[in-house]
Amino acid sequence: MSDSSGVVLRLDGVSKSFPGVRALRDVSLELRAGEVHALVGENGAGKSTLIKISTGVYTADEGEVRLLDAPVSFTDPLQAQAAGISTIYQEVNLIPLMSVARNLYLGREPRRFGLVDTARMNRDARARLREFGIDVNPARPLRSLALGAQQMVSIARAVEIDARVVIMDEPTSSLEKREVETLFTVIERLAASGIAILYVSHRMEELYRICDRVTVMRDGQVVGSSAMADIDRLQLVSMMLGRDASDLRQHGSTAFAEGRDVEDDVVLRTQGLNVRHTLEDVSLDIRRGEVVGLGGLLGAGRSETARAIVGALHAESGEVAVNGKRLRRRSPAAAIRAGIAMLPEDRKLDGIVPGLSVRENIVLAALPRLSRMGLVQRSKQDEIVSFFIDRLQIKVSSPAQRVSDLSGGNQQKVLLARWLCLHPKALLLDEPTRGIDVGAKAEVQGLIEELARDGLAVLLISSDLEELIEGSDRIVVLREGKVVDNLTGDAVTDDNLMRALAADPSRSDDAQPAKDSS
Amino acid sequence: MSSQTTAPAEDVAGGVTETPRERVFALLQRQGGPVVLVLVVLLASIFSSGFASSGNFSTILVGNAYISLLALAETFVIISGGIDLSVGSMFALGGVLAAWGMNHGGSGVAVLLPIAVGLVVGVVQGSLIAYARLAPFIVTLAGLLFARGLLQAISNEGSTTYLVPGHSVFAFLGDGTWRPILTAVALFAIAAVVLVRTRFGQALFAIGGSENAALLMGVRVRRTKVFVYMLSGTLAAVAGMLNASRLQSGVTNIGVGYELTAIAAVVIGGTILTGGSGSIYGTAAGVLLLAVIQNLIGVHLSQYGSSASDLVNGAFLAVVVVLQSFLARRRAL
Repeated sequence: MSDSSGVVLRLDGVSKSFPGVRALRDVSLELRAGEVHALVGENGAGKSTLIKISTGVYTADEGEVRLLDAPVSFTDPLQAQAAGISTIYQEVNLIPLMSVARNLYLGREPRRFGLVDTARMNRDARARLREFGIDVNPARPLRSLALGAQQMVSIARAVEIDARVVIMDEPTSSLEKREVETLFTVIERLAASGIAILYVSHRMEELYRICDRVTVMRDGQVVGSSAMADIDRLQLVSMMLGRDASDLRQHGSTAFAEGRDVEDDVVLRTQGLNVRHTLEDVSLDIRRGEVVGLGGLLGAGRSETARAIVGALHAESGEVAVNGKRLRRRSPAAAIRAGIAMLPEDRKLDGIVPGLSVRENIVLAALPRLSRMGLVQRSKQDEIVSFFIDRLQIKVSSPAQRVSDLSGGNQQKVLLARWLCLHPKALLLDEPTRGIDVGAKAEVQGLIEELARDGLAVLLISSDLEELIEGSDRIVVLREGKVVDNLTGDAVTDDNLMRALAADPSRSDDAQPAKDSS
Repeated sequence: MSSQTTAPAEDVAGGVTETPRERVFALLQRQGGPVVLVLVVLLASIFSSGFASSGNFSTILVGNAYISLLALAETFVIISGGIDLSVGSMFALGGVLAAWGMNHGGSGVAVLLPIAVGLVVGVVQGSLIAYARLAPFIVTLAGLLFARGLLQAISNEGSTTYLVPGHSVFAFLGDGTWRPILTAVALFAIAAVVLVRTRFGQALFAIGGSENAALLMGVRVRRTKVFVYMLSGTLAAVAGMLNASRLQSGVTNIGVGYELTAIAAVVIGGTILTGGSGSIYGTAAGVLLLAVIQNLIGVHLSQYGSSASDLVNGAFLAVVVVLQSFLARRRAL
């Protein structure tokens, strides 16, 4: 919107190499005051490196960073912050045990007589957070807030530092829809006050909604830069992927579920799962070759359902049966033995073992089966590992590569491989494409489709409505821990799903009226 | 939006993640030390004749005043997510250096030498931990051995004990009943203010809570770490120096295992061993609790000697640590 062309931050011919990788090659970028500038690209395109150079985490090998037309060379994040460059990271990077106010003002606490003025700090924090749509007692530990509220605190913190440039690295990935709206209002206000915003996101709707310009990166280079209005989605995506736009269409809504039969035998049957405060009488059948989407807003109990099915969450009552055989013991180990595999929501926390190699991560769950008299057969391992690397097209330099060096998409594939080598009958996927780029996303979605075609029963949890609608044969909708709807066939539409999620009375033939009548 | 006191949980999507039960556990973990201390003192006052006398109280307080400073030093380090195993040795070294200094230059040297050595050892340890990224456990274990070795060298393998003349200025410094108590109280009070009301204190909590996040939030992590080990080393040496003044001698075989008692007191006081949370007053309660238990056992179970008090203290520590890890696990779920 603004075209004052007052360039705040300029990167000029910046290059950066790491041992074995050329992360950035001759990258130039201009951020103008008052603009929201989208930075997009697949994983490994160099976005993170670019951000880290702008914020002083890394130093550029070549090229120049200029802030307000003066060359700068930050050697640590503090210098960048002091100069007015703030960053909001994808995962909330605050101190969970400290209070909200202390997090907000860490390092810049208001002081009186040399001592931190706690009362004023809490007062200021409360007022400041209200502007961001959060009304909490700022003396509470940050940990006690919901993730979205925590993200808002980190944004408030970033803005607090008289920022000239705010870099947002996928700020909405952990936010609810309502919180996203608040964030957008905040972004608009920041931009209007002359702050330059670099906005990294994979969500197209967001980019078109709030960004003025876009810079596309691929393989460490800038491949294009344009006003948002002058480029359509397809052009943008094809630029990011460096592929012909027509390739992408295949993963569109039309392709799925065609030419694939859902067989009639129920593989995974869940009946009457109850978890106190969380789930109420959740029943769910998944047939052979079927992808059942699990819809619901944040906190509706989607992840909890998956976790309760595999026994990672203790259910007070309810039954789970695989191929008609009831699971007597309820534990993740028993679930695995029965043929249920779950890909958890948080790759870092629950899945990937970062210090281990790709090979070790893949065979981890299968080790008991690969071993003979306590010894693991290496040849058998290699066979399996190379099969899955090939089958899932995991991009690795070698199976010995550390899994932490892979991009998010490839890490997710490694996890998928881990469970697939157990030959599961049912696969529970919790946000399988969160935080991974468009290309890898399409690949993972394609894989899910193939796996279902091979006869797997799949439960798909996704906050991405498009993914849910396009990727599922049927969508079970949860609200406040209860199954409130079951969309099948032609009823699987955007509109119906939205209505079900939002508890729109016009379709509530099966649902009890929700408590919040807003 | 209208009401402030009742609305928060509604306004923040998802709301509070702490259940009442968790809150009770958290309270128990944080306030358990002080509460148990009060209970033990009350019960002992009622049932143990001779416990609740001003003479016995001052014995407990004076006897633990300087040792409590080790727990104070350890509190800072543990909150920052580290550990300092060298405080016991530094305590002994501080005392020997002070007595040696007294004999080789007078009261001024006796005071300044331990401070200087404690500072230097602390800075070296802190730098190795912060800049060379070595594990605090190993670095301070080396510090423990180094300080003990230096002490042995000065005292000719412990055979020479330097004495402090009773009439000297230095001997006056740490002697008496009120001076040790007031010194400890003052230092604890200052420490509490530093921890809660200064940016340095906040930085310690931040680093202990999440070092990476602290770094990204602009905390000077390495500098703060060096500073906290410097503080710890200096405080331990000062405690030893004051103790030597009180004993009027640089006792060479003192301080063995004190670091572990200090750590126990800190943890019993509710400071989380992995860092990021804790309090000075908790540590004070932890120190006093251990001291009171030791005193009681000394009076009533003297036939069992120190083994009984170690047993009780060990059991208490185990309960606190179990509670802590239980809490941590519940939160991780």
